[in-house]
Amino acid sequence: MRLSLLSDLNEERAARRAAVLVTEVGSGEQRLVREGQVGSDPLAKDLEDSLRQGKSRLAEQDGLQFFLTVQTPPVRVVVIGAVHISQALAPMAKGIDLDVTIIDPRTAFATPERFPDVPVLAEWPDTALPDVGIDPYTAVVALTHDPKIDDPALMAALRSKCFYIGALGSRKTHERRVQRLMASGFTEADLARIHAPIGLDIGAVSPAEIALSILAEIIASLRNERRRSA
Amino acid sequence: MRSTDTDILKAAEAWRREGRGVAIATVVETWGSAPRPVGSHLVIDEDTNFLGSVSGGCVEGAVITEALDVIADGKPRMIEFGVADETAWQVGLSCGGRIKIYVERVD
Repeated sequence: MRLSLLSDLNEERAARRAAVLVTEVGSGEQRLVREGQVGSDPLAKDLEDSLRQGKSRLAEQDGLQFFLTVQTPPVRVVVIGAVHISQALAPMAKGIDLDVTIIDPRTAFATPERFPDVPVLAEWPDTALPDVGIDPYTAVVALTHDPKIDDPALMAALRSKCFYIGALGSRKTHERRVQRLMASGFTEADLARIHAPIGLDIGAVSPAEIALSILAEIIASLRNERRRSA
Repeated sequence: MRSTDTDILKAAEAWRREGRGVAIATVVETWGSAPRPVGSHLVIDEDTNFLGSVSGGCVEGAVITEALDVIADGKPRMIEFGVADETAWQVGLSCGGRIKIYVERVD
């Protein structure tokens, strides 16, 4: 592999853009196909399939064998609320290779001391989220328990193509949330995207256990969806 | 933490820029119960430093040996490990699966 090609591949990843490295196995000849160029590539159909599934694989054309190295952007978890659960969640998420960003307008909560290793934005979600950008490789988790902070974030998430939305709160809290969001124009189908109460039901009690159940639910959404489309 | 495939590729780029001889091994095909999915990478330098994995540790040693040859002559190679293969017994792909690995030099 040419170093420049490897470097381009790494650059696409850093910019959160999908790309496929195509290797002709016999000759070792290679090309990088960026997301926007897929349609015009001779292997367009194979590239589209493998990108949708997020899976690297072999392909054949005109008697030649190609290996497609599929690179999708790293999965990111945007957490609304610099709370106790988030403090437990941030290092766990890093341990399973998820990028984490914490957003909380309350400056007493959103401090680098409380979150030493992850980006912390002491801003309102409506201000911060457009810059952060919510793409199909993003999970949005609302943990403040405060509608005036959580709701704007959930609205932004519902308008996006993010693969997971979760919100902390009991069934009753969620019912009231659903009513508020419906009054803002969202449909029942929209709101069905929100996982609430948040997290897999493992009987979690402590903040760390709740963080674990949330991350497990995020992984389940990520992998199951890909499995279904495969 | 360098456990994602692309962090491994980032390391490959950094190593090469330092002037080291570097090879990338990629799992391109699997049959049966293979430990690492297609697309998994192992990056090797000329001093046998390595990052990532192409199996659960069963065949890495053999892949590293092969990678040193690839670094030396620059020719990409396809290598296969499986239970039917005598070398597989030696290197021990104990899971019972078969894997095909493409090894190439970073130029």
